[in-house]
Amino acid sequence: MPSSAAQRRVRAATSESRPVQWVLIGISLVFIAVILVLPLTTVFAEAFRRGPDEFLKALADKDAQAAIRLTLLVAAISVPLNIVFGVCAAWAIAKYEFKGKAFLITLIDLPFSVSPVISGLVYVLLFGAGSMLGPWLRSYGIEVLFAVPGIVLATIFVTFPFVARELIPLMQVQGTGDEEAAISLGANGWQTFWRVTLPNIKWGLLYGVLLCNARAMGEFGAVTVVSGRIRGQTTTMPLQIEILYNEYNAVAAFSLAAMLALLALVTLVLKSILEWRFGDELAATNGGH
Amino acid sequence: MEVRVANVRKEFDRFPALHDISLDIRSGELIALLGPSGSGKTTLLRLIAGLEAPTEGAIYFGEEDASYKSVQERNVGFVFQHYALFRHMTILENISFGLKVRPSATRPPKGEIRRRALELLDLVQLSGLEKRYPNQLSGGQRQRVALARALAIEPRVLLLDEPFGALDAQVRRELRKWLREIHDNTNHTTVFVTHDQEEALELADRLVVMSQGMIEQVGSPDDVYDKPNSPFVFGFIGESSYLPVEVENKELWVGGRAIGLPAPDETTGAALLYFRPHDVELVEDGAALAGVVAASRRVGGTRRVELEIGGGKERVEIDLPFDHPAGEKSRIAFRPKRWRLFPVKG
Repeated sequence: MPSSAAQRRVRAATSESRPVQWVLIGISLVFIAVILVLPLTTVFAEAFRRGPDEFLKALADKDAQAAIRLTLLVAAISVPLNIVFGVCAAWAIAKYEFKGKAFLITLIDLPFSVSPVISGLVYVLLFGAGSMLGPWLRSYGIEVLFAVPGIVLATIFVTFPFVARELIPLMQVQGTGDEEAAISLGANGWQTFWRVTLPNIKWGLLYGVLLCNARAMGEFGAVTVVSGRIRGQTTTMPLQIEILYNEYNAVAAFSLAAMLALLALVTLVLKSILEWRFGDELAATNGGH
Repeated sequence: MEVRVANVRKEFDRFPALHDISLDIRSGELIALLGPSGSGKTTLLRLIAGLEAPTEGAIYFGEEDASYKSVQERNVGFVFQHYALFRHMTILENISFGLKVRPSATRPPKGEIRRRALELLDLVQLSGLEKRYPNQLSGGQRQRVALARALAIEPRVLLLDEPFGALDAQVRRELRKWLREIHDNTNHTTVFVTHDQEEALELADRLVVMSQGMIEQVGSPDDVYDKPNSPFVFGFIGESSYLPVEVENKELWVGGRAIGLPAPDETTGAALLYFRPHDVELVEDGAALAGVVAASRRVGGTRRVELEIGGGKERVEIDLPFDHPAGEKSRIAFRPKRWRLFPVKG
């Protein structure tokens, strides 16, 4: 046995010395404080600057209420659609070999690389007054541009990489072994998906959904182009916040902003609760194998 | 259940993996598909399971043509090299999976499923571990769970793809013995794939030696070991040495000298002489193979020496008793006791 003093000097090759550890931790903390915590607290501080009554009044405003409803509606439509699309795309890419696979992966990344404003403009060109589709749809009474369908389309476009991007590497690592085992045991495709594939990817899927949801509620650029900003009708929360801010209505703007930030925090808390609740299972299923 | 593979060919993206394979698997036998990687043995197993479809040919289960039946319809038990246990399910849930996914008409009641799963867990000697998750078990235990899971559906054929490939040597030997016992108790027709000849020789009733998408030889372990029918099989199964020889006047010649072995048939010309290093006799006089010791090393209870034959052009290995006095450069004369001759083509 080496003496305890000698033991103390021995440390794992990958661990840094104390001062280095402190410096690294310190940099991270300062960075997070300046970039994340400070702005976030400012939002809430501004919202409550004239007291909680003003805050509640701002939220109770008819247009603000409409904006909240619209934002939740858009997220409620676009997130499930992107879950379906993301799982399909990840499945196809991870489990099959086909021509144009690399191209498909690049396409899925497109919304990340294209500016959201351009994404919005694409829909204006597709469904606008001078386009082929717009007037034809209008003749059937369907308004896309400056209405909810356009906002939903633009949101889906901007958010569709999140779920697929999260799942593709996960499913590629997992391969097709478990699925083959399931079908060899007599399970049909549907049973295999629900009982084997989905449980294997559920944590990745959840994370993708949370990111997708956060972006769907917060999207500004693409939505601003297609919405037409009709107050109380086609303004989502981010748009409404900008309108209020431009009208020098700071308290109302920050109140709504606080609400939006709160929605994002709620999803984060939900994720933490799920991770805590299923922590044992997570540890049991992620390690080894 | 008999399984008959009839003239099966399989291509992947026009690259042939199996050429015109035919094989009869007898009911209740334990048969090994043995070959180096890339020989097509796993492909053949997956074709029998229905995980791949043949490009040409047919696969019969008994009298029935199963070629176009789905994996589920074939009712085979498949054990994967890397276990493929469902990691989010407990051991008991893994074993009961195959029964739980049955349509309600044929699904046993819950209590019955549980009883059978526990029974199987007992069969694979893992009683008491039913509440564990797969990653809490060792590799050997996981593979036993995988076997129990495959047996739960009462398969017509049991297929194992390199079942012990990912385990260490000690566990492999134990599981080998144990698989043999399970097979003898349950009498399933069992096909397993391996690249380990020792495993195949020890475990199987019959071996199918494969190479480059073709079957080289089918036979009992004794047959294949003692009467290999091709240079490939001779080289692949067991230790072997070979030497180019000339066949003339019903005798074998090396470098213009007769070596005291009679030609087995009327053919003449160049051939390869194959023999086992341990299956030789040392001779004092008479026609024999003679060589100079170039290297020697101790292998277990014997001494393996490398001999230079015919002025150092060819080298062969033979086994000597470990206390044999032969040193470097000493001259040794020997004759193979058992050997086979394969004519050199062209």
